[in-house]
Amino acid sequence: MSPPNLHLYVLAAPLLTAFAVNLLGRVSRAWIGPLALGALGFSTLGALLTLLRVLRDGGYRYTVGNWQPPFGIELVVDPLSALMLLLVSAVALLATFSALKSVVNELPGQEHLFFTLYLILIAGLLGLVLTGDAFNLYVLLEITSITTYGLIAMGKGRAALSSFNYIIMGSIGACFYLLGVGYLYILTGTLNMADIARILPGLAAPAAVATAFAFLMVGLWVKMAFFPLHGWLPNAYSHAPTGAGVMIAPLMTKVTIYLMIRVMFSIFSPDYTFFAHPGVQAGIVWAASLAILCSSALALAQRNLRRMLTYILLAEVGYMVGGVWLANGSGMTGAVLHIVNDALMTLCLFLAAAAIIYRTGSLDFDRLQGLYRRMPLTMAAFTVGAFSLIGVPPTCGFFSKWYLILGAVEAGHWEFVAALLASSLINAVLFFRIIETAYFNPAPDAADSVPLRSEEAPALLLNPLLVTAVALVAVGLGTGPLVENVIRLALPPGFAP
Amino acid sequence: MSYQSSLLPLAAIGISLLATVPILLSDRRPNLRESWTLLAAVGKFCLVAAMLPAVLAGGGFVLTLAEVVPGVPIQLRVDAMGMFFALVASFLWICTSLYSVGYMRALKEHDQTRYFASFALAIAATIGVAFAANLLTLYLFYEMLSLSTYPLVTHEQNAEARVSGRKYLTYILGTSIGLVLPAMVITYSLTGTLDFAAGGILAGKASPATLALLLVLFLLGFAKAAIMPMHGWLPAAMVAPTPVSSFLHGVAVVKVGVFSILRVIFGIFGPALLLDLDLGTVITTLASVTIMAASLVALTQDNLKRRLAYSTIGQLSYMVLGAGMLTAAGMTGGLLHIAMHAFGKITLFFCAGAIYVASHKKYISEMDGLGRRMPVTYGAFLLGSLSIIGMPPLGGFISKWHLLLGAIGAQQMVLVLVLLASSLLNAAYFLPIVYRGFFAGPQEAGTAAGIQEAPLFCLIPLTITALASVGLFFFPDVLLQLVRQALAGG
Repeated sequence: MSPPNLHLYVLAAPLLTAFAVNLLGRVSRAWIGPLALGALGFSTLGALLTLLRVLRDGGYRYTVGNWQPPFGIELVVDPLSALMLLLVSAVALLATFSALKSVVNELPGQEHLFFTLYLILIAGLLGLVLTGDAFNLYVLLEITSITTYGLIAMGKGRAALSSFNYIIMGSIGACFYLLGVGYLYILTGTLNMADIARILPGLAAPAAVATAFAFLMVGLWVKMAFFPLHGWLPNAYSHAPTGAGVMIAPLMTKVTIYLMIRVMFSIFSPDYTFFAHPGVQAGIVWAASLAILCSSALALAQRNLRRMLTYILLAEVGYMVGGVWLANGSGMTGAVLHIVNDALMTLCLFLAAAAIIYRTGSLDFDRLQGLYRRMPLTMAAFTVGAFSLIGVPPTCGFFSKWYLILGAVEAGHWEFVAALLASSLINAVLFFRIIETAYFNPAPDAADSVPLRSEEAPALLLNPLLVTAVALVAVGLGTGPLVENVIRLALPPGFAP
Repeated sequence: MSYQSSLLPLAAIGISLLATVPILLSDRRPNLRESWTLLAAVGKFCLVAAMLPAVLAGGGFVLTLAEVVPGVPIQLRVDAMGMFFALVASFLWICTSLYSVGYMRALKEHDQTRYFASFALAIAATIGVAFAANLLTLYLFYEMLSLSTYPLVTHEQNAEARVSGRKYLTYILGTSIGLVLPAMVITYSLTGTLDFAAGGILAGKASPATLALLLVLFLLGFAKAAIMPMHGWLPAAMVAPTPVSSFLHGVAVVKVGVFSILRVIFGIFGPALLLDLDLGTVITTLASVTIMAASLVALTQDNLKRRLAYSTIGQLSYMVLGAGMLTAAGMTGGLLHIAMHAFGKITLFFCAGAIYVASHKKYISEMDGLGRRMPVTYGAFLLGSLSIIGMPPLGGFISKWHLLLGAIGAQQMVLVLVLLASSLLNAAYFLPIVYRGFFAGPQEAGTAAGIQEAPLFCLIPLTITALASVGLFFFPDVLLQLVRQALAGG
């Protein structure tokens, strides 16, 4: 039997290891890999057990240090947070293999510093997933942001400037969120989510509550880079060290989407007038549709693989925000499923990018020539990831898109249907442009007489990539059980089909 | 109709899917590699044929692979209609594999491993479409076919191939994502299922306007059927090596498009519903326009493969036209034409490839007198074109006969005229090729060079398919039986 506070070990392992990595890493670099992988492996296992327990026995609440809420910090372990816990720790684990290799290459001598921040960031993300306290959420949001600023600033070239830009935008977002929490505290006198949710319906101050809600939403939208609040993300993510990008890109935006769902349904409720208000609800779905279209169009203008991926990431944020705000069971299912799928797809593509940059030194489109011959396995995995983003069955990207389109059809939001389809088509153009370059053009330094030998990436970069590519298909084929047994339970009450 | 659970359908699809692995691994040993291809081809045909008796006896097989969306699993089901298509496709794959070996080696093509591996994937997807039990499964294999044929279409990897590849994907992927996917989701949201059921699933679920819209989305969305204006990819795809053109763009890919449309007409809408709403005319109008326009354009093409491509566009719409008549005879003719045209057109493409291998000629205007040097090839070409024109004693006659009966039965004289006019046009664009081959050009030059046929590996398959076209006229029983069962609601 697993201990009752298993989820706490999941959270504590990377946090404590972060300090061990810093100290022991100074002595010998050899410590870093085993420590980081060990901690995250432990977390992943713990998260898996936690999820299984939640599915068997139902969700539960946990008070840290036995300080009772509303004063103490409460952790919420329900199907949704347990699923996110597993997703975050598993994605982080896979990304770490690749990061270990890239960091040695890109930041020699700074590995221990990098992985200290890296592990604290993961601990922060796990904390965000678990917390049931609105202010604690703010603190953890800042922990993840500050570590991210640090990690991004370790990159080359204009990374420091991009990081500074992110600091400004991130702080504005945090301010909005904090103001929202402040309003709620003034109104209710408590910071515990469940407590607020209990008190709010009895309050006769709709304008103040609406203001709080709006502040919280805008704050989170800045943090998740919901178009047009996205300005910081492309630079930050494309200038970050490769090892940081593979972990931050798949997880950061997805966890923030999760937070939006938490705030909307754990602090507020599905029948909260603002959510039910047709104008607001429709307006945000429209905004999400525009976000998808504009981000996809901007992606078309990019000439660098990783930069292109960051814009696709922005479009995907639009998918999920729109899915949640469709306000029906299918849309919500699609959004939650897409959190899982998009994390895996983004991981797959960023891992592939890491493998390519390790061999070619650049991700500019004209440097991708002849890659199908040089790195066949990497490109095979890349192709699977690309197909998933385009939405080709049986990769998982198809099925979340299916639910999102279904939700949009049921809600009569045809603009969202059109945006999703347009984005799929643009993704097809984007990826086939790369596939074309990598497939048709011979490698720049290839002499015709000498057959190109395969230059596959090293195993540490390649293996997690292949695992992720297989996972994309496996999750796709397992969509039925996943939705039936996990995601349906994870939906806010009133949304389960 | 009773379906028994069985792994056979999966095995029939999977055998060529798995064959890609040994094919890729035996990159450096061409003989071994081609053995895998041939082994998989023969194995696949045997597996499909093994299921034939049960299907003819009124049974079938079913296998659920994964539960993905409530009410819509990824499921394989072998029924008469699927069996009909799978039988034709898997038999012709054997011929094509033999032909590929001869063609690719004679021309010393590059990257043959990739070529054979992609081919194996494509045929797996084709059989997958044939055995799909619902629209989602069909869509899955349809997309798999689109993507696995991309490396084949762009095999030459030159600028022309790149442009054609783009065109190919734009049409095929653009329509399947842009039109079929939303149509499928709307159908699902209306009915809660996507199963191909006898009599359809949409009856009474939506307004006539919605249904008409859905029908058009499906008709144009399955762009592999090349109904105008979605036909542009097919002539462009002719840049591929000829075995690809012959099998994929004469049989597998294009027929998958038609097959998908027929599945939607029979299994999603149901003929009765279409008759009620008088939506058959939507289908027949689109198809008739395509038939006439494509036949006229074919007359103007000097590149032999492009002429064949436009002929294919016209012939594909015959099948859709037959289904759109919504009479028993018309639907029989439409379905039968899938098989009859497959045998005829693959012969013609094989001949075009054999001519290219033996003489490196692509343009009809260069082919004067060539028939005297390649009598077998030109003989087969004559048989293939007669079958497509619809002359007895060739298979094409039977399907056209049913189509004409259907048009008369539906009392649509316009369609009768379309069919007759198109047959004349077919003759007008095919027979001059044969005539020039045998009778035009200086007599001495031809005889002096003696017989110069393509390699045996090319010659044998095209002889087989040409003779099979004749055979199908005399022994269409199995295919007819399958078609009758399919239309009876099996």
